[in-house]
Amino acid sequence: MEEKTKEVKDCGCRGGSFYTSISEKETIVQEDLEQRIKRLSQKNSRFPCSIIPEDKAYYKEGDIKNFRPEEKLGEPGKYPFTRGVYETMYRGRLWTMRMFSGFGTAEQTNQRFKFLLEHGQTGLSIAFDMPTLMGYDSDHPRSKGEVGKEGVAICTLNNMRTLFKDIPLNKVSTSMTINPTAFILLAFYIAVAEEQGVPLEKLRGTIQNDILKEYIAQKEFIFPPEPSIKLIIDTVEFCAKHIPKWHPISISGYHIREAGSTAVQELAFTLMDGFTYVKYAIERGLDVDEFAPQLSFFFNSHMNFFEEIAKFRAARRIWARWMKEKFGAKKPESCRLKFHTQTAGCSLTAQQPENNIVRTAIEALAAVLGGTQSLHTNSMDEALALPAEKAAKIALRTQQIIAYETDVPDVIDPLAGSYFIEYLTNKMEKEAEEIFKKIEEMGGMVEAIKKGWPQKEISRSAYEFQKDVEDKKYLVVGINEFAEDEKIEIPILKILPEIEEKQVREVKEFKEERDDIVAKNKLEELRKAAEKNENLMPYTISAVKAHCTLGEIVEELKKVYGTWQEPPNLY
Amino acid sequence: MKKDKIRVLVAKVGLDGHDRGAKVIASAFRDAGFEVIYSGLHQTPEAVVRTAIQEDVDVIGISILSGAHMTIFPEILKLLKEKGVEDIVITGGGIIPEDDAEKLCQMGIGKLFGPGTPLNEIIEYIKEEVKRRRKKAD
Repeated sequence: MEEKTKEVKDCGCRGGSFYTSISEKETIVQEDLEQRIKRLSQKNSRFPCSIIPEDKAYYKEGDIKNFRPEEKLGEPGKYPFTRGVYETMYRGRLWTMRMFSGFGTAEQTNQRFKFLLEHGQTGLSIAFDMPTLMGYDSDHPRSKGEVGKEGVAICTLNNMRTLFKDIPLNKVSTSMTINPTAFILLAFYIAVAEEQGVPLEKLRGTIQNDILKEYIAQKEFIFPPEPSIKLIIDTVEFCAKHIPKWHPISISGYHIREAGSTAVQELAFTLMDGFTYVKYAIERGLDVDEFAPQLSFFFNSHMNFFEEIAKFRAARRIWARWMKEKFGAKKPESCRLKFHTQTAGCSLTAQQPENNIVRTAIEALAAVLGGTQSLHTNSMDEALALPAEKAAKIALRTQQIIAYETDVPDVIDPLAGSYFIEYLTNKMEKEAEEIFKKIEEMGGMVEAIKKGWPQKEISRSAYEFQKDVEDKKYLVVGINEFAEDEKIEIPILKILPEIEEKQVREVKEFKEERDDIVAKNKLEELRKAAEKNENLMPYTISAVKAHCTLGEIVEELKKVYGTWQEPPNLY
Repeated sequence: MKKDKIRVLVAKVGLDGHDRGAKVIASAFRDAGFEVIYSGLHQTPEAVVRTAIQEDVDVIGISILSGAHMTIFPEILKLLKEKGVEDIVITGGGIIPEDDAEKLCQMGIGKLFGPGTPLNEIIEYIKEEVKRRRKKAD
């Protein structure tokens, strides 16, 4: 029988972590197969710098010595929130299925939003194009070729009106992936809400507004660190007073991980960024309990399933302890780390793209078992282009299958008490604390960033990972193992050049049609307020209402704050 | 002029800040014995061309993940031609659909590499291409 099928099942495994099935043709040479089995069984099923020791096949009581569940875990919804931030978790309400989308013009994205809402999506999430992210209007020379490409172009109040046409802002929660220009996009959103007659206290949503991780990883910045942080604290203060259901910062590890960090680096850098914002907000004179409940987080979920679950649990425990012990938070809500998760874009392959559906499902499952509050699942085609409609739908369906067809959401933190999971959670916490110490010795995160330290640590991890892939120490299905010669046949979304032309024309018309004197006055008021170090939110709102554009506001503030350039170093 | 080492300018052009690939590639080139100049972020085509000429590089490697490749590559090519430079290999990588890559190739851009390409494949391509061009120049 063996002779006939030539099929070998479960051929490679270490601690049960890697199973495979290889179907080979009749011509298979037995030695080749044996070599292959040997190599696969030696494979480290881990990312480089993974904290899982290689020599341990199973975990037992001794690995979590002195483990006191009442102290380390607590109950769900109770300090230190290791088991989850809510008492009922998904039994009360499922996570928000929030698919990131945005491309081309505001009209097109508005259509996609309506499509996703009709298919059961429960929250909107906007991707902006590079010019919007970097503070250039669509008609600026530096925007050439980039308008509407990586996301939607929104540089005028009109663009924002179109984006939310027929979508009542009191009915949706909106997440905006926007950083150095976040305060301007928030101002656009507020202005549209007022036009729709929706009071500010009814608005629900998030602006990413996390500049520290931009310097560290994603590299979208305009101003130097100090004024950038000032603008963020302006939004924190404004939201604490006027938009109580808004999350003014989504402190993000996602991009840090995508840039190549390990799970521990993602955890440590992100939390340290969070502590930095808290410190600056307290220095502004805000009471920690006044703004901390509005902070939220955003993590990556990668392929090391258990390590990811442990990361989410450790994040909650560390945050709770720091908020209570170091920042004197009294409200339990201030100690609750609520987070959004996106599956790992960098784990997707351009080769055999359908396999990405499976990768994403595994990563999504880790996020749910880790207690995420909302989730974006990547589409299978994202290593090739922006997601096409069908691919985006399958990604949403993946979440719905976990939510409705499995028993995973029925029990809170079902892995608690597992020797392995608790060991990993402890280890994550300990290693993150070591990184915190290093950063504090450098004088805090802002100083560390100026020295380029987290940037270099990430570059090093990224290069080491790539070398491990090249050396086949780390296997990626379809890349360095089980590769095929193939013609990739999935529909790809392309952005036509006419979209840029149309948007540029509309921006020019928008500027021509407004009262220029009023607009210029508003810009001047904004600049003067910046010089006097006032909170700029009210001035920005008033400027966008007078039809000042995103680019004009940024250029005006550059006069006061200057710009930031990263020294181009490797590691 | 006789040069031994291959000189490569690795550049991030446009507004896109995704520099993981560019840095990994630059590190790999360095370890392969190339002399590497890394431009840093947010460069304009003009700045890239200026640096390439000043540094007398054999190769310009552009990393683009923003979708602006059909604007940026032709612009660099045009500026180089205006300066009378035709012996520099222009290559690159990122999220670039195959048919776009073909179009760019017809314009005179070298090979473009997508996600999942082994580092060695890129290094070998550059060695071959530079060897071929240097021979032609001799």
